[in-house]
Order: sequence, then structure tokens, then C-alpha cells
Amino acid sequence: MIEFANLLGKLNWNALPHDPITAGGAATVVGGVLVVMAALTYFKRWKWLWKEWLTSLDPKRIGVMYIVVAIVMLVRAGTDALMMRAQQAVSVGNNHGFLSSNHFQQIFSAHGTIMIFFVAMGLMFGLINLVLPLMLGARDVAFPFLNSISFWLFGAGVVLVNLSLVIGSFSAAGWLAYPPLSELRYSPGVGVDYWIWSLQIAGIGSLLSGINFLTTIIKMRCKGMSLMKMPMFVWTVMGAMTLVIFAFPILTVTLTLLYLDRTFGMHFFTAGAGGNMMMYVNLIWAWGHPEVYILILPAFGVFSEVVATFSRKRLFGYTSMVWATWAIVVLSFSVWLHHFFTMGAGADVNGFFGIMTMVIAVPTGVKMFNWLFTMYRGRILLATPMRWFLGFVVLFTIGGVAGVLLGVPPIDFQLHNTLFLVAHFHTMIVSGVLFGYFAGVTYWFPKFSGFRLNERLGGYAFWCWLVGFILAFVPLYILGLMGATRRLDNYSPSLGWQPLFIVAGVGAAIIAVGLTLQILQLLVSIRQRQQTRDTTGDPWNGRTLEWSTPSPVPFYNFAVTPEVDSRDPFWAIKQARSAGIEDKSTYEAITLPKNSPIGLFVGTLAFLIGFGAIWHIVWLAGISLFGILVLVIVRSNDDHTERHISAKKLEELDKQARTQERYA
Amino acid sequence: MSKQDKVVVAQHDTNRGTLASYVTGYIFSIYLTFAAYLMVYNHLFSNIVLTTVIVILALVQFIVQVLFFLHLGRETKPRWKLAVMLFMIMVVLILVGGSLWIMSNLNTRMTPQQMNNYMNNQQGL
Amino acid sequence: MSATATVVDDNSDKPILGFWIYLMTDCVLFASLFATYAVLYNNTAGGPSGFQLFNLKNVLAETLILLTSSFTCGLAMLAAHKGDRDRTLAWFGVSFLLGIAFLALELTEFRHFVQTGNSWRRSGFLSAFFTLVGTHGLHITVGLTWMVTLMVQVFRRGLTRATIRRLTMLSMFWHFLDIIWIFIFTIVYLRGAIAP
Repeated sequence: MIEFANLLGKLNWNALPHDPITAGGAATVVGGVLVVMAALTYFKRWKWLWKEWLTSLDPKRIGVMYIVVAIVMLVRAGTDALMMRAQQAVSVGNNHGFLSSNHFQQIFSAHGTIMIFFVAMGLMFGLINLVLPLMLGARDVAFPFLNSISFWLFGAGVVLVNLSLVIGSFSAAGWLAYPPLSELRYSPGVGVDYWIWSLQIAGIGSLLSGINFLTTIIKMRCKGMSLMKMPMFVWTVMGAMTLVIFAFPILTVTLTLLYLDRTFGMHFFTAGAGGNMMMYVNLIWAWGHPEVYILILPAFGVFSEVVATFSRKRLFGYTSMVWATWAIVVLSFSVWLHHFFTMGAGADVNGFFGIMTMVIAVPTGVKMFNWLFTMYRGRILLATPMRWFLGFVVLFTIGGVAGVLLGVPPIDFQLHNTLFLVAHFHTMIVSGVLFGYFAGVTYWFPKFSGFRLNERLGGYAFWCWLVGFILAFVPLYILGLMGATRRLDNYSPSLGWQPLFIVAGVGAAIIAVGLTLQILQLLVSIRQRQQTRDTTGDPWNGRTLEWSTPSPVPFYNFAVTPEVDSRDPFWAIKQARSAGIEDKSTYEAITLPKNSPIGLFVGTLAFLIGFGAIWHIVWLAGISLFGILVLVIVRSNDDHTERHISAKKLEELDKQARTQERYA
Repeated sequence: MSKQDKVVVAQHDTNRGTLASYVTGYIFSIYLTFAAYLMVYNHLFSNIVLTTVIVILALVQFIVQVLFFLHLGRETKPRWKLAVMLFMIMVVLILVGGSLWIMSNLNTRMTPQQMNNYMNNQQGL
Repeated sequence: MSATATVVDDNSDKPILGFWIYLMTDCVLFASLFATYAVLYNNTAGGPSGFQLFNLKNVLAETLILLTSSFTCGLAMLAAHKGDRDRTLAWFGVSFLLGIAFLALELTEFRHFVQTGNSWRRSGFLSAFFTLVGTHGLHITVGLTWMVTLMVQVFRRGLTRATIRRLTMLSMFWHFLDIIWIFIFTIVYLRGAIAP
């Protein structure tokens, strides 16, 4: 219950870490933040950071910030994974490894939560911010200010989840926090509350982004770009954002109901007084299933762009791809029970959802064949993005058929919550979502930085991920079939599982090498950037509009908004150019949003609301909520939120961008 | 700039109503509200019929208010607001309908006292 | 480029579409709460059911008040499009007062339940009831706050394109809340009053 007596709610000195491993984690977080702050001070870059990044409403800047945060979170959650693999490789029989059970549970809960909400969603929103307006021939998203709010709410969620390493502890109830374990009675600490509020705040950011990007696609396509001329990436983003807007409210409600149970003594999911725990599972997966399609659809979109570009051939079966995308969107609302076949529903219910699960595999298969047909008789260039795609083709197909297997209820009764399931969803998310966004980042990197990534290191990194993933997860498929359940922190030696866990541990270590190589790739590429400068803006001989801009892209995107009349519009423009047809461009004055610190302030206040809600510091939450209201009113009364660039100035800037050498 | 103003006015027209539409909507809504209320207050039909009727009346009032207060009928092509609303209705039907089906199925099968009766009635399960 | 005046979309109604999409997400939010209410409807844990608790006359009053408030909001928008600032503010003022009256009646009902030992802590059913109806009430509160803020803005700046656009969004929100109330009135109160 709420303690009104204490000004700091439940917060006291006990919240600080008290064992070496958690202290180490806390020290890393605090240390990391301090190092960054010290570097900013030493290089006198605070003002630059404030002006160019933190208060920017430019989606190209916001996109980079999302991706940077996502990569940092990938390192964090990847470390969690290494700890889990290490524990499971050694914790056999009387040896209980180096992690306590409670700590192990927090680690796997944090690993899943961070990977889904902050790594995958972060990479996705990052790429959409960067690429979507450009692909549409637009200068910005529909609601630039709201875009900033979304990013900073995401940031607040990131801070909360990582703060749990330093003050208090994280949830030990898994990445979805099922009751009764997540109810107050069995999780009396603040862990589950950190989980709730981190996701609640980030979730609102996601919902706002969904509204933003959907409106952008509907309303801000350049002249001539009808729906059926949009690039495939745009279609998949449209599908994913449709899923976001209809699925995330369910998450908002479910998290709220759990918080109400824990804090106000309500009985939605309690083990008595009329609660129904199964309703939680039902609701959370009604959100959860669309969520995984939200993650994968834009990744499919990236692959569509990458395959066409690196096969030097237009995408095969565009119309069927569009239909397949919308089939996936609609169907993804009709399969969610397959996550709890074993909860006790009858054969009719299980059977219906099992069949729908089979059906939803079909449009994904259509997409896979279309990509392969695109490659057929194309002239393949095996650059890093294409490598990620090829790795995806092999692994995703395997993971996908494992999923179809799991979709058969009687089989699922054997495999539910075993490592087979864990291997399946990791295969989908790593080879699908992660490889897809890696392909996207490496594909579009030159466009936004002005120089190319080191191809050799990219290749090495890819192979480490591919080999590492196979070594890490094939043993898990086998272990699952042998009966190993998920989330075990100790097991009997007589089962003979240890060798497989050791192989899996080696695989995880190789993946870690791969991630290290990717970071090294970035650093090396930055150092080599003068030699690898992209002077044409079109390093891959691309087909879509973003490649028609200089690299890095000027803040206004297009000096003159393009007019298109076909798919792959940049390809068409290039054909026209080589046929000697001139671009006639007349410059017009434009307006763009000014910077604003309000997004950052709202994110900070949202963080404080979350912190207050977690530790029951009522005045803090209340004042912060009021503060957000004040900021909204302040912004509403601000008449000077835009800046104007005259046609003459625009012409000057454009000529400069196209002729001058650009530095990263 | 003036050309743009002309276009702007045209856009806004689809978000506006007329006095006639608001009054019509208001009167219809009052009528539908009282109809449902009085039917229940006087328990005019059996439980199931009554429930069905009031739900239908609610759906009718929903349509009335969407047309007369939210002016959805005035939207010109492409009808994005309508499309998004229809999609929402589909999701809501699946979510609510599906949840009710699933939860009632689970409740029947997973409740202890009833479980025994259920099992007794099932031969050779 | 010169002769075709209407085809060019100047994006001035982007916010309207965006706000409409937000309202659609709010519908899914309420749908989740309705689904939860329906599932927990019979979970009274030995406590009272809706049949025993709900006062239909009170609810009818709330319903008519909110409906009228939605109507006067429409009248306000008509005045706004005619450029009549004073009439706009007057009708929004009426909507505001009706909204306050609605909240007052609702809070009275809630207080009565709590004082007779039937708070949200009593049972799953009551948790669901208070949360569903309470969420609607919170939305009404936000709407009233928004209404006051916009009324001040209109008072000081007049009816500009920007303020009219914001009033349009507010009125969409306000109508939407009355639509949600139709379903609360029907599914919670009327359904509850039908003998079990």
C-alpha cells in the first residue's frame, strides 16, 4: 500500500546494491554515464550536444539517437545473455554457479524486456525516423514535436530499466510478468514496478510514434506517389504502425491493471477476491503477438529494399508483397492464444488458434519466395547488407518451421516453455529482426554519415553472428526436445545436458565477438572516413528517393520536393538523366520546425513520475504530472515554433551541398 | 498563398456540421437513450432479449453520433478516417469477442467444482 | 500546376487525422477495459453485484447531462466556424458546466459505494467497474482541463486557424467521450440492472 508518512516513500539506503555482481553492474552504469559526461566536458561539447542533438526535432537526428541508445542496450542485454549462458554451462548438480536464483531470474527478465522494448523497438523507430520521410519525398514526419516527445519517453523508459541496477532491483517475473508471481504478494519489492513503469512510459512513446508515422505515410507522400508506388519499406512500416496503434493500448491497460492490483489493492489478477489470472495472460498476449509482427514487418521491408538493390533488379511480385503485408497485419490479431495453448482451453479454442497460426505462415512464405525470385537472374553484389539477408533466409526458414510445429496444440503441449520455444523465438528475432535492422543500418549508413563502413570488418562480424547463433541455439532446439525447460538455473548431471549448454555458451561468446567487431567496424570506419567518403550520395546504385540526396543528407532533405510517376522512382530519375532529360527545379521557400527542449523536459518528468510511482513518492509523481501539463500549455501558446528558409537561401544551400566535399 | 487558403477551407468543411445535423443527432440520441432506459426500467422483455435490444440500441446510437456529431459521413475520398475506424472495429470485435470466448472456455474447464461435474459428464475423456 | 486548385493537399488537416487516429487507439483502450469488465462481471467475491448497487435514475441523469454537453459543444463549434467568439465561449462554458455536473454525480456515486464498503478493493467485479468508469471519468477531467485552457486561449487570441483547429480536436474528443459513455450506460448500468 501507499506510505504517505515517509517523504521518500519506500526508498531508503537498502535500495543500493549489496553483492559484488549487482554492485559491478551498478558501477558499470554509473561509471559509463560519468565517463560520457567527463568526455563531453573535456571536449567542450555540451552546447553542441544540446543544440545539435538533444533539442533537435529533425527525424534524422532523432533516428540516430534511437539507434545509438539501442546499440548500448544491445550491449547491456547481451551481457545479461552471456551471464545466463555462463551460469547454465556450469550450474550442474551441487555446483550452483555464480548467480543466485533470484539474480538469475532478474537477469533473464531484464534480458528479454530490454531486447524487445529498447533494442528491437529502438532500432526500428530509429531506422523509420531516418528513412521514412526521405523515401516519401518529404522533409519531415507529420508531427515533428510529437516525434521528439516519443524519443524522450523512450529514453525515460531506458533510464528506468537501467536505474533498477543501481537503486532497488529489477523484476524477477520474466519479460511478461505473469501473475500471481508479479502480484504484490509474491513480488513485494520494487522490481515489477520498475518493469511496469519503464514499459508504460516507453509504450506511450511507441503509440505516439505509431500515430505519427501512419499520418506521415497517409498525408506526406510527394506528388505522384500513390499508395501502389510506395517503396516496400514504407508499406511494411504502414502495416507495423497500424499494429502499433491497435495493440499498444492493450498493453497500456494491462500494465495499469497490474499496477492497480499491486498498489491500490484491486483484484484483477489476484489469487482471490474475484481475480482472474488467466485474463492477464490473455490480454498481455493479445498485445504480445501483434508486437512481434510490429518488430518483424519493417525488417522485412528493409530486406525488400536490400534484395532489390543488391540484385540490381526490381522487387519481384510487388503487389503480392503488399497483400502479404496486410494479410500478416490482419491475421496477427487472430493468433494470440498460441502463446498459451497449455493454459487449459478446450480443443475447439486451441484448434481455431492453431489453424490461424498455420495460416499466418503463408504470407510470410510468399514474401520469402518473392525475395528469392528477385535474386534469380539478378546480378548479386555480396555487400554486408546482402550478407545479413542471406543469413536471414537460412535461419529464419528453420525458425519459422519450428514455429509452425509449435502451432500444433498437441505438439505444443510437449514443447511449451522448453528451450525449443526459446530457440524458436530467438531464431525469429535474431535472424529476422536483428539481422534485418543490421542490414538496414549498414545499408543506409553512408547516406547519413557521408562515408562508408569498412566492408571487411562487416563481413567478419556477420560470420561471427551467423556461426555464433547456430552454436548458441541449435543445442537449445535439441535440449528442448529432450525436455529441458526454460529459465533453469541449475539441473541434474544425470540428464546429460551440460555439453549442449557448453556449446551454447561458446556460441554466445562468438556472438559477443561479432558485436565487438561491429563496434570496431564503426570506430575504424570513422577513422578511415576521408578515404571512404560517399561523394555521389548513391553508393549502392539505389532505386528509391533517399539515394537522390547528397550524403550526409542536408537538414531540409530535398531542396525541391520530388515528383514521381513510378515505383523505384530514383531508378526512373537516373534512367531519365542518362537519356539526357533535365531536372527542372524551381526553389520555393520552406518552413521547418525549430529546435525545442520540451521533449527532453517531458521525458525527464515522465521518468520522475515513473520513479515516484515505483517508490510510492506521491508528491514527486504529482508535481511531475503537473509539470507536464504546464509544458503542454507553454508549447501550445508558443507562436514561434517554426523557422523559415527563403527560396534564395535554399538554392544557395542546395548548390553547396551538391558541389562541396562533405565531412562526416 | 491565396490558392492554399481556398484549399484549406475545402478541407475544413468535412470536419464541420450544421445546426440541423447536431439537432437531429441530439434528438435521436435522447430517444434511443430513453428507449433503452425505459425498456430496462420496466423489464419489458426476457433477460436475453432485453440485453440484445439494448446493445442494438447502443450500436444505433453509436452510428447516429458518429454521423451527426463526428460528421464521418461528410469525409471525402480517400476516406481514411472511415478506414481506420473500420479497422478499429474489427480489432475490437476480435479482441472482445475472442477474449470472451477464450475466458469463458477457460473458466468452464479450469474451475474446481465445475471441473468435477464436467469430468463426470465426459465419458472416457 | 496552376489551374487545379483542389487536388493539392496542403496538409492543414494532418492534425485532425492524427487526432482521429489517436481516438481510435483510445477506443481499443476502452475495449480492453470492457473486455476485462465482462470477464470479471460475475466475480463479486461474496460482495454485491451491479444489480444491487446501481441507481438507474442517477445514471439516466448523468447520461442526459453528458449528451447535452456533447450537443452544446457542437453548437459551440458552429459558432466558432461563423467567427462568433463570444457565442463560442458561451456554449463551451455551458458544455464545461454540464461536464462538471456529470463528474459531480459520478463522484457522488463512487463515494457512496466506497462509504458502504464496496470500494475497488472489494472484488474483481468492483475493481473492473471502478477502473472502467473511472478511466472514462479521468478522460472527462482531462477534457474539461483542455476546454478551460482553450477557452482562455480563444479569449485572448480570438478564433484563428490554429485555435479553431484545436477546438475541432477538443470537440472530437468530447463527442468521442459521449460515445464511449453510450456503451458504459448500456453494458455496465443497463445490463447490470437486468435481473441476474
